[in-house]
Amino acid sequence: MEVTVPPPASAGAGLSSELEVRIRKRFANPEGSFLLNVHFRALAGFTILFGASGAGKTTVLECIAGLIAPEEGRIAIGGDTVFEFEGEKSAIMRNVPAWKRNIGYVLQDLALFPHLTAEQNVEYGLYQLSQSERQKRSRAMLSALRIDHLRERRPAEISGGERQRVALARALVLKPRALLLDEPLVALDRPTRSLIVSDLRRWNQDHRIPIVLVTHSGEEVFALGEEVIVLEAGKIVAQGRPRDVMHAPRLETVAQLTGFENIFEGEVVALNEDRGTMTCRIGPGKIDIETPLVRIVEGARVRVGIRSGDILLATEKPRGLSARNVLPGTVRELEQGHGMVSAYVDCKGTKFETSVTIAARGDLALKAGKKVFVVFKTHSCHLLER
Amino acid sequence: MNWEAFWLSVRLATIVSAILFVIGIPIAYWLTSSRWRWKFLVEAAVALPIVLPPTVLGFYVLVALGSRSPLGRWWQSLTGHTLAFTFEGLVIGSLLYSLPFAVQPFAASFGAVDEALLRASASLGQSPLRTFCRVVLPLSKAGLVTGFTLSFAHTLGEFGVVLMVGGNIPGVTRTISIDIYDQVEAANYASANATALVLLVISFVLLSIVYGLNRRSWVVSTWR
Repeated sequence: MEVTVPPPASAGAGLSSELEVRIRKRFANPEGSFLLNVHFRALAGFTILFGASGAGKTTVLECIAGLIAPEEGRIAIGGDTVFEFEGEKSAIMRNVPAWKRNIGYVLQDLALFPHLTAEQNVEYGLYQLSQSERQKRSRAMLSALRIDHLRERRPAEISGGERQRVALARALVLKPRALLLDEPLVALDRPTRSLIVSDLRRWNQDHRIPIVLVTHSGEEVFALGEEVIVLEAGKIVAQGRPRDVMHAPRLETVAQLTGFENIFEGEVVALNEDRGTMTCRIGPGKIDIETPLVRIVEGARVRVGIRSGDILLATEKPRGLSARNVLPGTVRELEQGHGMVSAYVDCKGTKFETSVTIAARGDLALKAGKKVFVVFKTHSCHLLER
Repeated sequence: MNWEAFWLSVRLATIVSAILFVIGIPIAYWLTSSRWRWKFLVEAAVALPIVLPPTVLGFYVLVALGSRSPLGRWWQSLTGHTLAFTFEGLVIGSLLYSLPFAVQPFAASFGAVDEALLRASASLGQSPLRTFCRVVLPLSKAGLVTGFTLSFAHTLGEFGVVLMVGGNIPGVTRTISIDIYDQVEAANYASANATALVLLVISFVLLSIVYGLNRRSWVVSTWR
């Protein structure tokens, strides 16, 4: 008997792999109850949910997997809505049960079936296929993850890293539309970890599905990161590439303490996705600068922080420069500090505090009233929570 | 030794424990998975035969089976005779009497299955029913054997309910424990002793099986 697994409900190409998540849910943790309120998109590839324990990361995964229901929101995979409820006044109510979602979920404790061998575990979800088809698919998956030698073993008889691979194989063999991993690598040593990750990456080159990975380890974020979402007490406080997000302080009070001399209120005016940047209009002067692209909508209010030491001053408009932000302005004031000079530059009403050496002040003949150009890199702009 | 009574008891216990195995599994599944707020009332009702005097249970079963009850009348219109003082009546009484001895071990073992396994199964595309058959049941083998064995042993030795519902009709409702009672009434101690000893040995062997199984824990325990 030849039966095939039904194709994902939306088999369209293009955007079909995008996972869209909007969740509102009250949830309890040992420190009290929080309102979980998140909205993000995960494209094909790794998206990392990073945060302390109790921030709501696992709850987000459980909502996506369908194991619990949000109070409000929408969850869609490749345009196919698996959950939608916009509150009592709305008539739309959709909640596809977990077992019909075709979303892979590797739980934190793996939850391999103890009464089945590794191969039977991998075949578990292929129930509706014929014996031979089942075996063909599971063997292919086992060898893709390099665990074919463990076929006959029970979970209790294999190592932690091997169990991790069996759990991955069991989820991937179903060709899920998205894969959710809850702290999957936390118990593994580093070499084992990076081998598993590279195998998973290789698999995903062919399948191109969103992989949402939960972790509380900053190291892991850098090891995997294409996109990281930082979750704090149920809210997204930062989002972007690991090197942008992880070193950027998340709150303005923290930012001031760690040396952001320049903090501007602003608004996102354009997303330049092809260039990996976005344009923000900042400060009282409403000048446009380029900042790293984060997943945000046009018109959103942001706060941009720039360290004074990250800003260069030039007396002529520089050319052939990689820095994307070159703004004309006027020096208003100089202030001698400890071996450094703080120069305050007014760019159409937006004031930048910059920092130059005493030698540079001399070379550039900086004084109040001098016309200069303020220069800084896109990645010197840190987006802070609003 | 009254072999007729012995085999009647074995037949009764086999039928009752087999039926309880079939109906006890869904009841136990419901008890472990339901979140109904009044569930505790059902749990109490299922456990009632453990504490209730068998004569009380037997009395109400007798009333329920009698020709003035709806059940009794329905049975009578179907078969032409009443349920009281028949083997079928004995089966019904025993089902109620031994229900907790099947359901409680079943429910305990179902409830002991790691919840994470059920979630994993759902994420692997398996419906709750399939998850139950493929994960919960195989991991509850010891509980299933325990429930079956206990309900068998408990039915084998029952006295009060049988006496109330079945009376004492040789070959129909005279079970092994009634026979022992009869022998003692007739001061026939040697025969009573032989029968009692058989019952004692069987009960001990069955309980040894139950405890032996649970000691070896071929309940495959969950692991991390």
